[in-house]
This record gives sequence, structure tokens and C-alpha cells, in this order.
Amino acid sequence: MIPKLKIENITLIFGRDREKALNMLHEGASKAEILAETGCTVGVKEASFDIQPGEFFVIMGLSGSGKSSLLRCLNRLIEPTSGNIFLNDTNITTLNDKELQQIRRKEISMVFQQFGLLPHRTVMENVAFGLELQGVPVAERNEKAAKVIELVGLKGYEQQLPSGLSGGMQQRVGLARALANDPEVLLMDEAFSALDPLIRTQMQDELMDLQEKMHKTIVFITHDLDEAIRLGDRIAIMKDGEVIQVGTPEEILTTPATEYVSSFVEKVDRKAVITASSLMDTKPVTAIFRKDGPEGSLRKMRSTGLNILPAVTIDKHFLGFVYLHEVLEVKRRGDKTIEAVIHREVPVAYPDTTVEQMLPFIAETDKPVAVVHPETNKLLGLISQTALIIETTGSQTL
Amino acid sequence: MIKIGKYIEHFINWLTLHFGPFFKSVKHIVEAMVNAVQWVLGIMPWYVLILLLAIFAWRRAGWSAGVFTLLGLGLIYGMGYWPQTMETLALILVSACIALLIGIPFGIWAARNNMVGKILRPILDFMQTMPAFVYLIPAVLFFGLGKVPGVFATIIFAMPPAVRLTTLGIQQVPKDIVEATRSFGATSTQLLLKVELPLAMPTILAGVNQTIMMALSMVVIAAMIAAGGLGEIVLKGITQLKIGVGFEGGIAVVILAIILDRITQSFGKKRMKKTSN
Repeated sequence: MIPKLKIENITLIFGRDREKALNMLHEGASKAEILAETGCTVGVKEASFDIQPGEFFVIMGLSGSGKSSLLRCLNRLIEPTSGNIFLNDTNITTLNDKELQQIRRKEISMVFQQFGLLPHRTVMENVAFGLELQGVPVAERNEKAAKVIELVGLKGYEQQLPSGLSGGMQQRVGLARALANDPEVLLMDEAFSALDPLIRTQMQDELMDLQEKMHKTIVFITHDLDEAIRLGDRIAIMKDGEVIQVGTPEEILTTPATEYVSSFVEKVDRKAVITASSLMDTKPVTAIFRKDGPEGSLRKMRSTGLNILPAVTIDKHFLGFVYLHEVLEVKRRGDKTIEAVIHREVPVAYPDTTVEQMLPFIAETDKPVAVVHPETNKLLGLISQTALIIETTGSQTL
Repeated sequence: MIKIGKYIEHFINWLTLHFGPFFKSVKHIVEAMVNAVQWVLGIMPWYVLILLLAIFAWRRAGWSAGVFTLLGLGLIYGMGYWPQTMETLALILVSACIALLIGIPFGIWAARNNMVGKILRPILDFMQTMPAFVYLIPAVLFFGLGKVPGVFATIIFAMPPAVRLTTLGIQQVPKDIVEATRSFGATSTQLLLKVELPLAMPTILAGVNQTIMMALSMVVIAAMIAAGGLGEIVLKGITQLKIGVGFEGGIAVVILAIILDRITQSFGKKRMKKTSN
């Protein structure tokens, strides 16, 4: 697959004598040496990674790690000192002003930590701003803006000024403004960091829902590892201007590349991070009610070696569990269905239920935990007691 | 001894000698402008104009400003200084307009270009602090006696706040808003017109207010070179030691100043309210 964004050896140096600083950097001088010799600070050092189409890519680092500067290199709000950035096949670093404007108008939009909304314009005018800059006629841009306003849940607020909205609402305007251009790439600079924790979680959820529909390529900056793990398909961790690890949340959690990363990971409460969706077996063997009678169920139990099976309807609606000894009983009685022995009163988890929330399930029962769709009640997967117990107790020692 | 004065004298003489026709045409244009404004002000009877101004002040700045305009201008008429007041008003309007037309673009330029800002700053200091009388001498040399040198000196004296507050207003536009605007592919003209100027407007309007106020104070001084208007009355009071006349002229100036101030300030306040709500 051709990456959507290819970041190739991006180096960013602040200061006067960048040429010399760059040479020193190539010769392997440390940041401190370069600062002492040339007075230049190295903001980003030789960052390279690819971002795939439709990927939610998070760059995580503490303040001063160079993450925001690196992000700004992607649309050249800051000019990288050396290196290349490719959007599809276009080398962004070599574009002239006109071409760059076109890229910013059509392909790459940005969402800011402090929102960056125009205080003298209404929500509608703010959202339509990008289209206005492109010269789209008023009627057309308002129509498009109205659509994204609805998408981010701001319908009814079109004529308000941003200052009348809460922080979360303002950031929705920021997000809507970025989406109105229908860009391929969305850059989000600590987009939720200025919001209070409850609103932040809510916005994260909504962003993930939106992403499910839109499949944009998102580059998201954060200083919060929990947020990174929650949102990211992959995460790049930065320290002192260097990218020290790129990987999926699970890779970061399980195989931290350096001491620095592991010191971070330690602080993450895995129980609060890891969700049912990542623990579950997504293709569990099930007893299908009405299709599988006692005979069919027993055959499945024999082939899997399990003595408990989840029972579902033909279209996968979760009903409950059946136990080996009771199915045998039913069979001995000569019943044709397993209806009588389905245990329906069982706790279920949703895909985003965290391990922490599933803790009570361990204490209560010896059954596996069924993971169902929150609305349709369809069975999505099954978490064995073993998996749950290991996750809650043994993760640090593994 | 360093004789800077000599060099400046030579320079001014050289200018008058070589740019005579240029100054002459400028003089005609400015004179025509002042006369036109004065003609417009005189087109309707005094009581209609007072009423119109009072209504305008009331709509913009509230009932107290309206009442003050009505009574204040009535008093001026009663004192018999109506023609001089209109003459002064015409001078102010023309000088302030020209000062703003030159000052605001320079202010924008200085805000967007550090070098220009650095060069402009000492020039503005010079224009603002040099005793106002000093401008009058070269002004007379360039344009002769009358209204035009008065306008010229007033423009120089009244322009700095327009430049400074425009620059300040644009530089105060929050960095994140400017960055966001750029990130959406705005050209620098779009950035200026759609973001920087609207957001800087309250500050720029404060500059407009200051320019008009300073123009008013200078117009009085300009009476020394026969610019006419209320300054002439004040000057008469000084030179002939007529305390009463001097005060009457002074009171008329104060009334005019307060009216202009309230009206121009109201524009800035309205905008400020709109952006902060």
C-alpha cells in the first residue's frame, strides 16, 4: 500500500546558523553540542515514518518533544530545515506558495488546541471559512457547512458566535471547519487538551465514531499516553525531537523500545485501557438456537473441548450460555431443542467495556464473558476467564 | 558647533525651489477639498445641521451625547462663532481623513514587516514630539499662508496614533487565529482583510479617535498661519489680551472636541461589544 503521508528524514532547526547546525547533526553531534557551538536548537531530529490511508496516527510526547513542530512541518506552517514529506506522490516540501495554498485548502486541514476560531464570525461562517478562502459561492459553502455542522452535533447553533459556546462546542466548530473542506488528511494539534476530562472523553468517542464513517487519515498530537492509546491505530513516541518508537498501542504497551517508553507505559493503567474488543476471541464457537439441537451442541462441545457454549440465534443475537451437563440432560430427555437450558441471566460486556469494568464478572462466575453490540445485542466475541484473569493480575509480570 | 538648523534650512529651500509646481498642485487639491467640505456643511441652515448632528450623536452614543450636542452647538451659535466652528470642522475632517488614508496603510505595513516597523518608529516619535509650531514654518514655505499649510501641519501631527494603533491592533490578533487562517490556505491579502483588519478594528478605531482629537488641537495652533476658524478667535484673545474672547473660542473648541470624541468612540465600542459577545 502506498502511504498517504511519507515523512522522510525531517529535521527542524531553530536559530540563525542552521547550515552549520545541520552539518554537525549529520556528523553525529548531540543537541547540547550543537546548541553550545551554533546557538541553534534542534526541534526535530531526522524523523521518518509512514502514515497509511485511513489511519489514525498519534504522535505522543511531552512538551518540548518537538511533536507540535513536526506536525506543523506537514502543512509547512513551519518550514522543515531538511528532509521530505510526501502526500501521496506530491513532495510537499518543494511546493511553491500557490501550490501549497491549494494543498492546505483541499487536502490537509488542521484542528488547533486553542481552537483558533474567528470571534467576529458565527459558527456557520467559521465552518464555511475554508470554503470561503477557496472562493466557493455563499450558497454552496453554507450548504456544505450545514452538513458538517450537523455531523459534529452543532445543529441549531449555526448563528451563535464562538464566545457563546463551551470549550467542547468550540472544538466541534474547529473540527467542523476542518471537515468542511473534505480534506484527505486531518492534522489535530492537542485538539482535546484544553477540554476538561469528561468532555474530552466524550469528544474522543465522537471523533472515533466520525472516523469510522469518514476514514480520513488523521495525525493527532497529544501529550497524554492514555489518549494516544485510546485513539491511535498506531502511535509514534517522541522525546527531545526524536521519534523513539512507532507501533500499535499494544506493541507500545507490551514491547516498549526504550527505558523512556517503558517508564511511560508503567503509569498507564492497563485495566482502564484495554477493552473487551482487544481481549475477545472474535470467532467463538456458538450453539445456534433452533439450528443446533442438543445433538449439534454436543458435537461442537466435543470438537472444541469446551463445556460451556454461548447460544445465539441464526442472526447472531446473543441469548445466553448452555452447559455440558444440562445439554446432556436435555438429550437424555429426548428434547429437540436446547431452549430449556439456556442460561439467559448473564452479564455481558460491550466492545468498549474496559477490563476494569469487567472485574466483577470474574468474581461472580466461571463462565466466559460475552461481548455484544450495545444496540443490536449481536454477539461480537467471547473473553475466556483465563484471558481476563491474566489481563487483570499478570500483566506486569508477563 | 554643529549647525543642523543650517542643513535643514538648505534642504527646505532646495525642496521649495525644485518642487514648487508639485506643492502648488497639492495646495490646489487640498484647498478644493476643504472648500468642498465647508460648502457641504453650509448647504443647510445652521439649525438643521445642529439637529442632524444631535440626532446622529444620540443614535451612536446615547441620549446624553445627543443633548450635549444640541445644547453645545446651540451655545456656539449663540456666541456667534458658528462660521468659525464650521471652518474648523472642515479643516479637521480633511486633515484627519488624509492622515488616516496615509497612516492606516503604513500601520498595516509596519505590522507585517519588522524592518518597516523599526524604521517608522523614530519617525513617528519625531512627528509626535517635535513642538507643533516647528512644522508651521516649512509648511508656510511650501504652501504660503492659509488653510493648506494648516492642513499639512495637522496631518503630520495627527497621523502617528493612526499608524501606531493600527500596528498594535494587528499585532494583537491572537497568534493561533493567524496560524489557523494560514493553515486553511489563506493568501496574505485574505489574512489581512478577513481576519487581521476585522479583529484589529476596535484598536484601529481608537486610533481614528485619537487622530481626530489631535487634529483638533493642532487646528487651533494652525491659526497662527492664517488657517482661520476657532483658532483665530483664541489667537485674537491671546494677542489682544481679551480674556473673554479667548475663553469663548476655547469653550467652542472644547464643545467640538467632546462631540467628535463621543461620536468616534462609539464606533470602536460597538465593535468591541460585538466581538466580545
